[in-house]
Amino acid sequence: MSAQLVLLGSILCIASGGLAILPGKSFIRTTPVMIITGAIAGLAGCWIGLTSATTTLVLPWMIPGGEFRITVDALSAFFAAPAFLMAGAGGLYAERYWPADRRRAAWVRGFFGLLTGSLVIVMVAGHTILFLAAWEIVTISAFFLVGTEHEAPESRNAAWLYLAASHVAMLALFAMIAILHALTHTWAFDALPAGLASLPIGRVIFALAIFGFGIKAGLMPFHVWLPGAHAAAPTHVSAMMSGVVIKMGVYGLVRTLSLFDEIPYSFGTTLLVLGIVSSILGVAFALAQHDLKRLLAYHSIENIGIIVCGLGIGFLAEAHGSARVAALAFAGALLHVWNHGLFKALLFLSAGSAIHATHTREIDRMGGLTRRMPWTALAFLTGAIAICGLPPLNGFVSEWLIYVSAFTAVTAREADWSWLLVFAVPPALALTGALALACFVKAFGAVFLGAPRAAAAAAAHESPLGMRAAMMPLAAACFGIGLAPTLLGPMLERVTALIAPGLPGCDLAGSLQGVQTSAITVAVVAAVAFGFVTLLSRKRRTGPTWDCGYAAAVPRAQYTASSLARSITGVFAWAMPAVVHAPAKLPLFPREASFESHVPDTVLDRALLPALRFSERLISYARYAQSARVQFYILSLGVTLVVLLFWSAL
Amino acid sequence: MRVVLQLLLVVLASPLLLGVINKTKALMAGRVGPPVLQSYRDIAKLLRKGSVISETTTWVFLLGPAVALVVPLLASLMLPLAGTEAPIAFTGDLIVFVYLFALARFCTTAAALDTGSAFEGMGAARELTFAALAEPALFFGFLALARVSGGLSLTSFMTMDGGHWRRASAAMVLVIASWFIVLLVENSRVPFDDPNTHLELTMIHEVMVLDHSGPAFGMILWGAAMKLFVYGALIVGVILPASGSVLVDLSAILGGVLVVGVAIGLVESGMARLRLVRVPQLLITASLVAGFAVVLVLR
Repeated sequence: MSAQLVLLGSILCIASGGLAILPGKSFIRTTPVMIITGAIAGLAGCWIGLTSATTTLVLPWMIPGGEFRITVDALSAFFAAPAFLMAGAGGLYAERYWPADRRRAAWVRGFFGLLTGSLVIVMVAGHTILFLAAWEIVTISAFFLVGTEHEAPESRNAAWLYLAASHVAMLALFAMIAILHALTHTWAFDALPAGLASLPIGRVIFALAIFGFGIKAGLMPFHVWLPGAHAAAPTHVSAMMSGVVIKMGVYGLVRTLSLFDEIPYSFGTTLLVLGIVSSILGVAFALAQHDLKRLLAYHSIENIGIIVCGLGIGFLAEAHGSARVAALAFAGALLHVWNHGLFKALLFLSAGSAIHATHTREIDRMGGLTRRMPWTALAFLTGAIAICGLPPLNGFVSEWLIYVSAFTAVTAREADWSWLLVFAVPPALALTGALALACFVKAFGAVFLGAPRAAAAAAAHESPLGMRAAMMPLAAACFGIGLAPTLLGPMLERVTALIAPGLPGCDLAGSLQGVQTSAITVAVVAAVAFGFVTLLSRKRRTGPTWDCGYAAAVPRAQYTASSLARSITGVFAWAMPAVVHAPAKLPLFPREASFESHVPDTVLDRALLPALRFSERLISYARYAQSARVQFYILSLGVTLVVLLFWSAL
Repeated sequence: MRVVLQLLLVVLASPLLLGVINKTKALMAGRVGPPVLQSYRDIAKLLRKGSVISETTTWVFLLGPAVALVVPLLASLMLPLAGTEAPIAFTGDLIVFVYLFALARFCTTAAALDTGSAFEGMGAARELTFAALAEPALFFGFLALARVSGGLSLTSFMTMDGGHWRRASAAMVLVIASWFIVLLVENSRVPFDDPNTHLELTMIHEVMVLDHSGPAFGMILWGAAMKLFVYGALIVGVILPASGSVLVDLSAILGGVLVVGVAIGLVESGMARLRLVRVPQLLITASLVAGFAVVLVLR
């Protein structure tokens, strides 16, 4: 039943896209209805898949060697559920997009439907060729969506970079799946021969998986495509890409590693290193951004890092045989997959709503939007508190699980060198969390608080009902998971059992009881205190901001977002040097001066692009052979033939 | 019963701690100084006054004081201040403890930015930076204590039987030294911030609350006092072994926290505020000191 429902949901999503590109006004109106119906059907399928046994559906498929096999087990259903939720929310959110431009409206709706439909197929594919084919459709539709505003060179560059990076990853995955097929003689995701992990070929599989899925997931240092693509895409597509598409990389990694019967320490250690680097540097880069969507994009890298930290601890613990640590770590990583999908989508949608109202993505050209867009501000604040991992919202629950898994590993008396790195996780996560907090205080403060810094921000209006309604289910889920995490315990245990077969269960609901109690207490007590202080302060006068008596304050004199982040980004200047354009020397009475600074992506702009340019120059020497003379080509053919003849005669 | 006793201790004794610090500083400087109970009078007076609120601000401006007031109270429920059992104790409560204060930091810095004042933005930026750098030190300390006590809750850290001083005395000294630095920075004391200065450019905590007045400001003062008390109680609880008797433990904690207050007063009398560029260096040092403690207990 679950496989049928998930497939139905996927088909409805794709069909909604097909409907949008049909001529006529009435068809495009029905797109949101259809995609929401598909989302509901798919969510029902995921719910059944999470609570009952694995179901498989095989349909005829013409591809040679291929088989249209849909397998919904708890792991697939777990990863597919956010995709459906976001499909529904995104479809609703984008209802008002480009009302005037018929072609572009059809473009966005068409590819969004295709993206969501094929995305789900990736996660429920029971056959590796179907898996790769569906993923390719995801990549291509995402490429067109990122390039929606293709008249802007920035969008075009981001789209091409995304396409190139995705195909590099795809190449690694082709190689990996070919090796898997050679070893198991099946195209299904099947258990690998015992003891494979310690052989060189096992390590090759792992390296290919880390590289391929790492690019797809946006793990540092493979994240080069991510910030640009997230920033350029239409908002609901950014939400989908950040919330769901990059999680497919995590899904692929988890699915591949679950095929090994035992995991060596080196796998877990590698994951931990990558996770820690991604989380700390991801958030440091985020702090340095002044484009709201790029800022959120770098936070995706941070959160993927947190997820991978959890997975790393889990696989180390599995290698070590510490069942409880592994169960907690896997549960934390998995729950963070959901949580990040929820709060990041919420943040993108509310940020998009602010961008829509102010016509700019520059944080320092917004300000004071809480008064003008109260619902959007509330949604963004909810997302911000959740992403900082603060109680009482959902981000805290998953981070807590990862923390506790690390601490449990640390208190184990027989801690040995092989998993010493676990000691680094709590301080690293704490630093990440505190930096994320600084970053979101910066973003929320500069965008929604204070006085408007630009005329467009002062004239902003709350967004239409459809956009606000799309944020509601996401915000409600953030609260729900934060306040009642114990309800998710049994489900997380089922999914964990698939990642690490053979681990005895652990009472997650019981472990989370304390978190639940404290979250509810915090929420209630803070609400009461807020009511109390509002009541006490009702005897009030209003006036201008006191500002130590400085009476001529202008909005431009407010502390900017860049200044707020400056004291922290200075600490990380070794990893992300800024490019500053400032006048070298000003005259005594300067008439006008300008200052501009931005932080380029170190991996992309300072390592990858120069390296690619260098290799392009090297390869260009090969062009000498390309003389465009037919005689020369025939000569080289003849010479090659003679050489080959001699060689075969030897 | 114990819950009530604990809450009363934190709520009622925390302004006394401020008084003790100020009295110490006054005595060291050869002044008479304000009465020890002055903070109570200040808070009581502020709570009765009306307030002036900036036109720029929104409801976020009042959320800051509200959360800053209740967070230290909620966090104190996780410390076993009376006897050997905290009202809220479970595996991993230490993470909730830290993240509660992070929640308060989010709300107070957001409230500061809500005024649109450059001074308050500056204060918020410093608060966020220094807290971020102090966080790893706190967690290295937790790691060391988790190894020493074998438990994963603040209750197990604070109710060790005294054997920890024999088994891991060096690590304990390092953790406590590092945590004392964390206490100073988290509560904006010298050498990170000078609560006495009213020169806007040198302040962190004081500058963030420039625009708060009346009851909201009273709640901020009280919340800050309770936060200092809770951090002090955490350090004292880790140092002293627990007896199990409610009254003995309560008075030991109270006495210990007041001694911490005297220590803070001595630090503030003896040294000046650090230059801002030096602050990150000291905080990274604190993390390293706690990191060494972890290395010592690795065996």
